[in-house]
Amino acid sequence: MNLEVILFFIFGFVAAVAAVMMITRNNPVIAALYLILNMASLAGLYLTLNAQFIAVAQVIVYAGAIMVLFLFVIMLLRPENEKKFLESNPKVKIFAFVVAGFVFIQLIYIIFFSSPSKILQKNLDASVQAGTIESIGNELFKNYVLPFEAAGFLLLAATIGAILLAKKKIE
Amino acid sequence: MTITIEYYLILSAFMFLVGVAGVLTRRNAIVVFMCIELMLNSANLTLIAFASFMGSSVGQLFVFFVMTVAAAEAAVGLAIIIAIFRNKLTVNIDEINILKW
Repeated sequence: MNLEVILFFIFGFVAAVAAVMMITRNNPVIAALYLILNMASLAGLYLTLNAQFIAVAQVIVYAGAIMVLFLFVIMLLRPENEKKFLESNPKVKIFAFVVAGFVFIQLIYIIFFSSPSKILQKNLDASVQAGTIESIGNELFKNYVLPFEAAGFLLLAATIGAILLAKKKIE
Repeated sequence: MTITIEYYLILSAFMFLVGVAGVLTRRNAIVVFMCIELMLNSANLTLIAFASFMGSSVGQLFVFFVMTVAAAEAAVGLAIIIAIFRNKLTVNIDEINILKW
């Protein structure tokens, strides 16, 4: 048992449990806090995959900015708690879980049938080199400048759209 | 025992389907929105795993763009939810049926 295995199982277990807890809590604030836990443990998994920059961005952007926005809106609107999980429409919910489980089994079958680990062995040097800010910035500003500008324009459009939608009256 | 890429793919598939089940079962619009974020995150995990195992930084770049789009989507989506709440005084998606006829 080396450290990578132990870290994968700790972070993976926390992420999976936090995801399940998130969809079963009926108080939206607690659900949002479990989602933050899930995102933080995903950042840990990114670190074990040698993606330092994305791990930091995950904590700042997802667990920081986006989830603060969610908590802000939840506390602003104060939505009433839903009913206990299986009290209303239990048949529809059980059907949803059966469908999700069926698709999960299919995905597991596909993953093991194609077994990508036969051709993808981890090359530690290349993977450490790929995760540095330097190589990501090189790629971003040399080959992917146009998508970068498009993303900037998208953020501008989203800002203007959010202000317009949340305004009281549109003249 | 070493961690192969299948472990990451299975974890990612599990998280995605938990998100799908959440979207199908929850009735609070904000929680449905958070389940969509969960699905985006699981797709990000797949991309990072493949990028790391292939030793390429393009996959990580793509995750960066996905984060941008998720931020934009969260801002606009929450603004829409606030606008709906102002008109209908509820965020329960069973009661918001103005597009039905």
